[in-house]
Amino acid sequence: MSHDTIKRRDFLKLAGLGGAVFASGLSGWAQAVKSGAADEFYFVQLSDTHWGFNGPKVNPEAASTLKKAVAAVNGLEQKPDFVVFTGDLTHTTDDPKLRRARMAEFRDIVSELKIKDVRFMPGEHDASLDRGEAYQEFFGKLHYSFDHKGVHFIALDNVSDPGASLGEAQLKWLAQHLKQLGKDAPIVVLAHRPLFDLYPQWDWATRDGASAVELLMPHKNVTVFYGHIHQEHHHKTGHIAHHAAKSLIFPLPAPGSAPKRAPIPWDEAEPNKGIGFRSIEADAKGAQYKLAELPVPKG
Amino acid sequence: MRPLLSRRCAPAAICAALALAGLHASSAADEPVIRVTARKFEYDTPEIILKKGVPVTIELTSLDRVHGFNLPDFKTRADAIPGMVTRVRIVPDKAGTFAFFCDVFCGDGHEEMAGKIVVKD
Repeated sequence: MSHDTIKRRDFLKLAGLGGAVFASGLSGWAQAVKSGAADEFYFVQLSDTHWGFNGPKVNPEAASTLKKAVAAVNGLEQKPDFVVFTGDLTHTTDDPKLRRARMAEFRDIVSELKIKDVRFMPGEHDASLDRGEAYQEFFGKLHYSFDHKGVHFIALDNVSDPGASLGEAQLKWLAQHLKQLGKDAPIVVLAHRPLFDLYPQWDWATRDGASAVELLMPHKNVTVFYGHIHQEHHHKTGHIAHHAAKSLIFPLPAPGSAPKRAPIPWDEAEPNKGIGFRSIEADAKGAQYKLAELPVPKG
Repeated sequence: MRPLLSRRCAPAAICAALALAGLHASSAADEPVIRVTARKFEYDTPEIILKKGVPVTIELTSLDRVHGFNLPDFKTRADAIPGMVTRVRIVPDKAGTFAFFCDVFCGDGHEEMAGKIVVKD
């Protein structure tokens, strides 16, 4: 087993932090681990940190939650290969100077991560009011791709258009990009908003997300990780699995379970309830993923 | 802009409800028109009461910036644009309460910018 390969025992220790483990339901993963298959790795997804948010009733510890999450990631027994933030790094503001100040503060805080391979993505709070201008100054491209140990990652931007569209240009880029990949290639798509109509009544959708899913559909091994809805959620469009991550600021109700998509109030009896981050263990050969939901430590 | 005068509003109760919702008759199509003005982070008509089977036209505008008007249960959306009127026709073919909301991100408060259409039998 290579140095980078996570042993199952170690992975369960990660889960033992108190998080729940969600297996992506594909057979063969356990066998792959047993056999010590190559190209296994894991990464961490953090989402919806909303740095700058102020709402004591939903998170009286907003000024420290992100820092605690960074410390928790640094404390993982096995270092992840990389960390990805799937949008809403900062809480929105109309003031361009304040927006940049929040982005600078966010960048400073996450620079404390021991893992230096950190990938960023915008959320609508970061990028919708200025079409990503400030975001790009601090974090780079709005959409991009990269390869890691046999998995092709595609980060899509469905937020810099305030109308929540990917847009024709990006869809064309995606189509051309996918043409270069084999139909069996393991593909992970990262996005902020859901690419499918999760609950349109709460605007939990992407206006032209169906076009992206249609482009991805001929590819056999596609998994999507996203944020935006501030809760763990799992869904399939055909063979494509979509996994939403918890927020690191406050949880939102399950789709359609409340009259409004209002934040769930802070629970003094259970601080940090409903918020957290996720580790994703990948077996690139089988394009299978095992997810563990991890909490933000109390105190 | 179309005239504000209501020309045809059959049952009295519905007529009153429509008036409360800012609804007026269209002089051209003789079809009720509802004017909805958007601004951060609200609609001036957050509740619209309609009668099932009676089509209406919603006239959208905005006071400050582009907002959205998305009514997913009727697969209808449009932009509310300052200085312009955008017309959206709705055929309320089912009774119930249906949410509409702004789907053009407009700032801190965007998530609360919503209203509802109540369609009565």
